[in-house]
Amino acid sequence: MNSVSRRWFLTATAATTLSVTVAGCGSSGSSTSSPKGNVDFWTLQDPTNSVQKAAVDTFNSAGKGKVSMTVIATDGYKDKLRTAMGSAKMPGVFFSWGGGSLNDYVTAGKLVTLDTALESHFLPSALAAGKVGGKLVGIPCRGTQPVFLFYNKKLFADAGVEPPTTYAELQNLVKIFKGKGITPLALAGNASSSWTELMWVEYLVDRLAGPKLFDKIQGGDWSQWKDPAILKTAQMIKELVDSGAFGKKFGSVAYGPGGTTTLLNKGKAAMVLMGSWEYATQQSEAPDFAKNGLGYVAFPSVEGGKGDAANVVGNPTNYLSVTTAAAKQTATDFLKTTYSDSYVQGLVEKGEVPVTSNAAQYLTKAADPAYAKFQYDLVQKAPSFTQSWDQALGLTLGTPLLTEIQKLFNGQSSPEQFVSAVLAIKK
Amino acid sequence: MRKQRVRDRAAPPTLERPGVAWAVPGLLFFLVFAVAPMVGVLYLSFTHWDGLNAPQFTGTENWSRFFGDSQVWQSTLVTGVLLVGNIVVQAPVSILLGVWSAGHQRNRAVLSAVFFLPLLLSTAATAVMWRQLLDPNFGLPSKFEWLFGSNPMGTQQGAIACLVLVTSWQFVPFHSLLYQGAARAVPHTLYQAAAIDGAGRVRQFVHITLPQLRNTMITSTIFMVVGGLTAFDIVLLLTNGGPGTDTAILPFSMYQTAFRTYDYGYASAIASFLLLLATAASVLLTKLSGYDKMTSTMEGL
Repeated sequence: MNSVSRRWFLTATAATTLSVTVAGCGSSGSSTSSPKGNVDFWTLQDPTNSVQKAAVDTFNSAGKGKVSMTVIATDGYKDKLRTAMGSAKMPGVFFSWGGGSLNDYVTAGKLVTLDTALESHFLPSALAAGKVGGKLVGIPCRGTQPVFLFYNKKLFADAGVEPPTTYAELQNLVKIFKGKGITPLALAGNASSSWTELMWVEYLVDRLAGPKLFDKIQGGDWSQWKDPAILKTAQMIKELVDSGAFGKKFGSVAYGPGGTTTLLNKGKAAMVLMGSWEYATQQSEAPDFAKNGLGYVAFPSVEGGKGDAANVVGNPTNYLSVTTAAAKQTATDFLKTTYSDSYVQGLVEKGEVPVTSNAAQYLTKAADPAYAKFQYDLVQKAPSFTQSWDQALGLTLGTPLLTEIQKLFNGQSSPEQFVSAVLAIKK
Repeated sequence: MRKQRVRDRAAPPTLERPGVAWAVPGLLFFLVFAVAPMVGVLYLSFTHWDGLNAPQFTGTENWSRFFGDSQVWQSTLVTGVLLVGNIVVQAPVSILLGVWSAGHQRNRAVLSAVFFLPLLLSTAATAVMWRQLLDPNFGLPSKFEWLFGSNPMGTQQGAIACLVLVTSWQFVPFHSLLYQGAARAVPHTLYQAAAIDGAGRVRQFVHITLPQLRNTMITSTIFMVVGGLTAFDIVLLLTNGGPGTDTAILPFSMYQTAFRTYDYGYASAIASFLLLLATAASVLLTKLSGYDKMTSTMEGL
């Protein structure tokens, strides 16, 4: 008896930690939903939280039901949401990136199809990623977030150079800034920030081959990764890395304050390729820099590429979805606040460009109308707006893809190895 | 009454152990929170489960994938390297520190209190703090490049060294505490006898202190091995498995598979393997060290 129990004990010590982790997601239950009542609203931590909070407060004081908002940090958001969606703790309304991230939830019957009458309040192009199989399951809740190049105006003025319009100019700028001991392009390359490296891949592929290539991949034809444009992209990235465009330390640089954001506003790096939210991030960390020192320009064209240089990639917008756990009437009523005048104006003041049909009149009221107009024009003139690949593909394919992209940037895989490793993700 | 008779007849040489009833609360807890999940993990390792729909039985699909997965073997190797690295660094430091702090001088008491501070911090806080300190642009490496290199966490060796450093920084105090207690329990008569025989400080340490600390060393090593096999928080927060997947130890790969790609079936296969590994390591350690014989170091005194 004695020896048996001791062995059990030892096994227990070793096993408890891991077993409990896995067992934690096993609970499930059904929740009943009545038309009115409490709705849990999960949102991502970002500078627009105060606008959402104001909308929630206004809604609650109107007495049509109660919405309680939970703010969750970026790093853990997706896994927390996923775990909760399989359990009885499912939120009623949640924030997402649309596209592939909603597919699984629709297939599993977790989402409520929304009233098509809502569509009239938003720009049609922004609604695409909120639909799954033609059904509206997510409505835009934030501004559009194209990705483009940000730069430090002072560094450019000191060096007497202009922001790049072609890839050759970009390569030339890399040489100039490197010669001055400034990192030409800030890049967050630590293991949790590989999505910033993905932006380079997305833009180069789009400029070389046009948006159709990724459309086919997203549509299920994984063999399209064999396209020569993919290999060419990987080779261009290797050249950039080898030429020191991202500095030597990017592999442990994080995104945001203390990382790329600080590198740019402290003048340690000249440019960064980032989504439009960089403005709000700079605004909360270095307000003066955001106002006076932050320049922005579209991603340069690539000589000889088939893609239109006016195309953009990024997040068309973010979405709010309603689950079967929500009190439906309350949740649907709450969604209407996303195109209310005060909400749209609040977003504009935070530097966002909302995709509601009433947004245009507020853009002049933005803290930086020129920035708002730049984004608006960029998106409006773009023949195609490709959704970020990891969002479009969903996490099951997106996560291994990000890992392979990181290995390419780190020099752990050659361009050829990158292509074959990505092809092997989906058998 | 009956017990009394049994004891008279058998006349056992050792003290009577408490009965099974004493273990019931612990056993129940263990069954619900350890055995049941373990069985669950084993079952899930033969299924495909995305966390939303019901698990589907897929036979040995996960396991055949597991044995052909080069990432798993790399993770096992890194787990092993970290484990050995932690023991090699922590054991000598904590033995010396523990034995030293066992003295009753006031300066030792004050310094011990300072050494034990890291133990009071949570691993999460420790990892976040060190990540800031080791940041290549704004942390120590930007000022002391000769000591840290320009980017300590940018290479596999560097990242592993950082993990060992931070883990040791946090856990050396704990192991020192074990050794301090054990060193204080060593009878003074042994040292007095050795001094009479002419043994100096070093000989006393090697021939009395170390042998007397044997059981504590085993306990401490088991803690390190089991802790090392499940050390996940520090990797997640300090390196996030990077650069690339270079420090993705087994528990981290398990987490990544389960909660990033939502492949709970395959993650369960990794979990089962980890379970097997941890059990084997513990059993091996107790067998090899004779821990299960429970002999006292006080025999003959």
